[in-house]
Amino acid sequence: MEVVKIENITRVYQVGKVETQALRGVNLSIGNGEFTALVGPSGSGKTTLLQMIGCLDQPTTGSVAINGKDVTKLNRNQRADMRRGTIGFIFQFFALIPTLTAYENVEMPLLLNGHPPKERRERVMELLKAVDLTDRANNRPDQLSGGQQQRVAVARALASKPTLILADEPTANLDTTNGHQVMDIMKKLNQETGVTFVFATHDPRVISYADRVVTLEDGLIVKDTK
Amino acid sequence: MIQILKMAFRDLGRNRRRSFFSALAVGGGLALLILMSSVIEGEMGSALESAIKLQTGHIQIRAATYDENKSSLKWEDLVANPDEIAGQIAALNQVKAATPRLYASGFLSSGTQSASAKITGIDPMSPASDPYREGVISGNYLSPDDRDAVLIGKPMAEKLNLKVGDNVGLSLNTADGNVQDQAFIVKGIYTTGTYGFDSGTVFLPLAKAQAMTQTENHASTIFVLLNDTALTDTVAPALSVSPNLEIKTWKDLNALFVEYETFAQSYIAIFYMIILAISASVIINTLIMSVYERTREIGILSAIGMRGGRIMMLFLAESSMLAIGGVIMGLIIGVLGTLYFNINGFYIGDMGLSGMAIADTIYAKLTVDNLINLTILTFVVTMLAGLYPAVMASRMQPVEALRAEK
Repeated sequence: MEVVKIENITRVYQVGKVETQALRGVNLSIGNGEFTALVGPSGSGKTTLLQMIGCLDQPTTGSVAINGKDVTKLNRNQRADMRRGTIGFIFQFFALIPTLTAYENVEMPLLLNGHPPKERRERVMELLKAVDLTDRANNRPDQLSGGQQQRVAVARALASKPTLILADEPTANLDTTNGHQVMDIMKKLNQETGVTFVFATHDPRVISYADRVVTLEDGLIVKDTK
Repeated sequence: MIQILKMAFRDLGRNRRRSFFSALAVGGGLALLILMSSVIEGEMGSALESAIKLQTGHIQIRAATYDENKSSLKWEDLVANPDEIAGQIAALNQVKAATPRLYASGFLSSGTQSASAKITGIDPMSPASDPYREGVISGNYLSPDDRDAVLIGKPMAEKLNLKVGDNVGLSLNTADGNVQDQAFIVKGIYTTGTYGFDSGTVFLPLAKAQAMTQTENHASTIFVLLNDTALTDTVAPALSVSPNLEIKTWKDLNALFVEYETFAQSYIAIFYMIILAISASVIINTLIMSVYERTREIGILSAIGMRGGRIMMLFLAESSMLAIGGVIMGLIIGVLGTLYFNINGFYIGDMGLSGMAIADTIYAKLTVDNLINLTILTFVVTMLAGLYPAVMASRMQPVEALRAEK
């Protein structure tokens, strides 16, 4: 079954009188449980495509369907609901809420989804254990290393048991050891839970983890290898 | 909701100094409002009390044709047989005192200096004259039989350089329109703490004033003091007087005061708005800075599915916490400040309002109504101030917010 189905999307940014075409007609289909890398040089449209899939941005033309639902027709709140229930995000800059502890950061999506306290506690501890950070549960982001922060972000992305996890350059700010550790965890979770991963990267170390590599250039898919 | 409150509280804790000073701005504003309203309340209350006690009484019986501004002394403008009428009114239970008074315009002169004065003939023994008797600061009070003694106010004594025992010339109008002069001795100097009154009022015993103005057995008014101001509306309609007389209550006689109060209230409302606008602008500024500093976090919250409404609630929770903190500080500072001015008073000297019995010293008076209203007003204004930054945060596009520099 297709988790993501993109049909002929374009995205045009207008800055003053200058128009920039970030995507020029992309078609892409991602199946359930895939571990897909979007690769390409800077400015190729990887992040823009990821934002379209993540309902963070709307295409200028074309359609994006997540689990069979056309998200381009959703309003702002419906898109937020879609993200909350279906999609997990991992960002390059770790993206944790600095005032919350590791535990509370992982708990946040569960709170937003209205899970009861007991269920939240069990799920958070399960995820912190999966990313090997049980002993860091009460630390705030500034008390964690970059690698640890990104592992918390991975745990948070998985909290609501989404069907799709999107990662934008997840290892870009990590050293080789931490980068591999994060990728190992992501791969393991993909294999154990069957959750679909799509990550944008231009790090060759990361690409080697992917089952499928989609290459973009100038807003177009130029290569798609499995 | 608890998580939102927790986040809001911790967010404020990130920049404790800024949060503290923002709350202090709200608190300072509220304290100032409390203090101002208390001073105004004290001023208005004491001005009215002074006006009744010193100038108008609760009720006056006058001739219907009497013109207060001219201090008319024509017999047809005066009350005939005033002692009889005063005696009847004084017999009522609700009445503390009823006494005839005679007003004449004149001036005092000493050496080369002179000053205009409202010459007031009083019954020195009437309880209604107690404030003047109690106000004597040097010399002696008048006695009903005095024939060449005057009681003058402290500002008048200072102006004419007079002291007790000095001679002073008094000229005043008479009933037939002539001017009568006579030398008097300053028997006493008084102060009621109301500059405007003390500087222009000279007392004579009623009998002497009547003799000098040729208004025997007549008075300008029957001055009535009740046991309680609230009794005015009950007692005034119950009095029956002859058709050529009219009954005036303190409300009729203090029209200037009522006007002044209205004017003061609108004037103060502008001050209130200025103070609240300053407090509100500090809150808006603090929260807008906070929104800009946390743009990326807003993007993250949005990315993980927090709806705009909840993001708005987060910022409103912060402004409500600043408001609560500010209000607590404001209440403490405001109430303590009011307490200080309630005990020690606030010296204003002569406000230069003729016809108004404004005391030289105002004692702040805080009412529960004012305290509650101002607290709610400050809280609501602070919350409203937080609305714009909160809406701004809630409307951020996640993709734009995520792109922001940390």
